[in-house]
Amino acid sequence: MTIKLKQHIDPSLTPVLEEVYDPEIPVLSLMDMGVVRYAQIIGDKVHIKITPTYSGCPAMDVMAEDIVKAFAEKNMDAEVELVLSPAWTTDWITERGKKALEKYGIAAPLEEKLDKAALLGNEKIVRCTHCGSTNTKMISQFGSTACKALFQCDDCQEPFDYFKCLK
Amino acid sequence: MKNDNLIQYIFSIADNALILGQRLSELCGHGPSLETDIAMTNMALDLLGQTRSYFQYAAKLTGEDKTEDDLAYLRTERQYRNVLLVEQPNVHFGYIITRQFLFDAFHLLLLQKLQNSTDETLSAIAKKSIKEVSYHFRFSSDWMKRLGDGTEESHAKVQEAVNNLWTYTDELFHNLDSDNEIITQGVGVDLSELKDSYYEKVKEVLTDATLVIPETKYFQKGGKKGIHTEHMGYLLADLQYMQRTYPNMKW
Repeated sequence: MTIKLKQHIDPSLTPVLEEVYDPEIPVLSLMDMGVVRYAQIIGDKVHIKITPTYSGCPAMDVMAEDIVKAFAEKNMDAEVELVLSPAWTTDWITERGKKALEKYGIAAPLEEKLDKAALLGNEKIVRCTHCGSTNTKMISQFGSTACKALFQCDDCQEPFDYFKCLK
Repeated sequence: MKNDNLIQYIFSIADNALILGQRLSELCGHGPSLETDIAMTNMALDLLGQTRSYFQYAAKLTGEDKTEDDLAYLRTERQYRNVLLVEQPNVHFGYIITRQFLFDAFHLLLLQKLQNSTDETLSAIAKKSIKEVSYHFRFSSDWMKRLGDGTEESHAKVQEAVNNLWTYTDELFHNLDSDNEIITQGVGVDLSELKDSYYEKVKEVLTDATLVIPETKYFQKGGKKGIHTEHMGYLLADLQYMQRTYPNMKW
C-alpha cells in the first residue's frame, strides 16, 4: 500500500509537505504520518488529498489549512480534499515517524496481534518511553486523543501515551 | 427531494451515530473518572466524525443547496430516524455503558455488512468506522464484565440497566418499507439478518459478566419512524440551540 501511495505524490512537492506537522503531535510530519495520499500539480494549482486518521479527528481541518498555508508561502495555490478510502492504517507511519513518536514520548504502534495482546493486558510488551521498561500496564484504552491509549510504567511509575494500532 | 430513499436510509444509520454521540458528549467533564470521561468523549468524537461523513454525502445527494449542518441541526423531531435505544438518557455510569454495549454490538455487525455495499461512499465510511467501533465494542464489553462481575451494587445497577434497555434492542433489526429498494440494490443492509449473531454475541458477554438475560417478549419501537421517547425533545433542544438561535451561524 505504501508503495502505491507514494506513486501519486509528485516528489517536487514532498519538501513542502514534510514541513507540515500534525498539530497535536508536532514532531510528526504529515508525510511521516502517511495521511497524504495524493499530491500533484495540475495547471497552476497544487491538488492534495489527505485521509483522516480517525473520522472525528479535529486535527484534519487544521492540517488542511496548514497545507494551504505552507504552499501559499511558496506562492503556490493549493487545494486540499479529504478522502476516506482506502482507510488509513498505522502501517503507513514511516520508520522515521515511529522514531519521532518515541522520542516525543509516545510509544509507537505495535503489530496488530501484539497490539491486541498489549491492550487486553495479556502481555507486557509496550515499552515505557521514559525508562524503557516493558513492565507497563494499560490505564485506559482511550488516551488524550482518539488515536492513543494511556499506559503507566510499573517501574518508573510514569504515565505515557501509546499510539494504538489501527488496521 | 432527489434520491429520497437513499437519503432516508443514510439518516437511519447516521442519526444513530449523531444522537449517541450527542449523549456521550454530554458527559464531557462529567465522567466518573478521568479515564472513562476521556474514553466516552473520544467515542463521541468518533461517532460525530462518522456522522459528518454520512451527512456530507447525504447533503450532496439532495441536489439542493444543503450542508451537513442543515441535516444535523435543522430537522424536526419526527424527521430523525435514530432508534430509541440511543436517545435514552445518561441515568448512571452502568446505564451509559449498557446502552453503549447494546448499541456497539449492533453497530459493529452493521458496519461489517455495510462495507460490502455497492455504494462506494457508504462502503468507504463503513470501512473507516469499523476500526473505530471495534475499540468502542471492546471498551463497553470490558466494562460490562467489570460492572456485572464487580460489587453487589455495580451488579445490581447494571442488571437493572440491562432489564430496562433490553426492550429497545429489537428495533435495531427492523427494516422500513422505504429501505426495501435500497436493500435489494445491495446498497443497504438487511437488518433482520444480523439479529441472531447479535443476540448470540450479547448473551455471551452478559453471561461472562454474570448477568441474567431478560426474557421479555415485549419490545419498544418507533424511533425509526420518527416516533421518539420523551427524552428526544430535550436532547434536540440542546443539540439545535445554536442553529435555531443564530440561523446559519458557522464556527
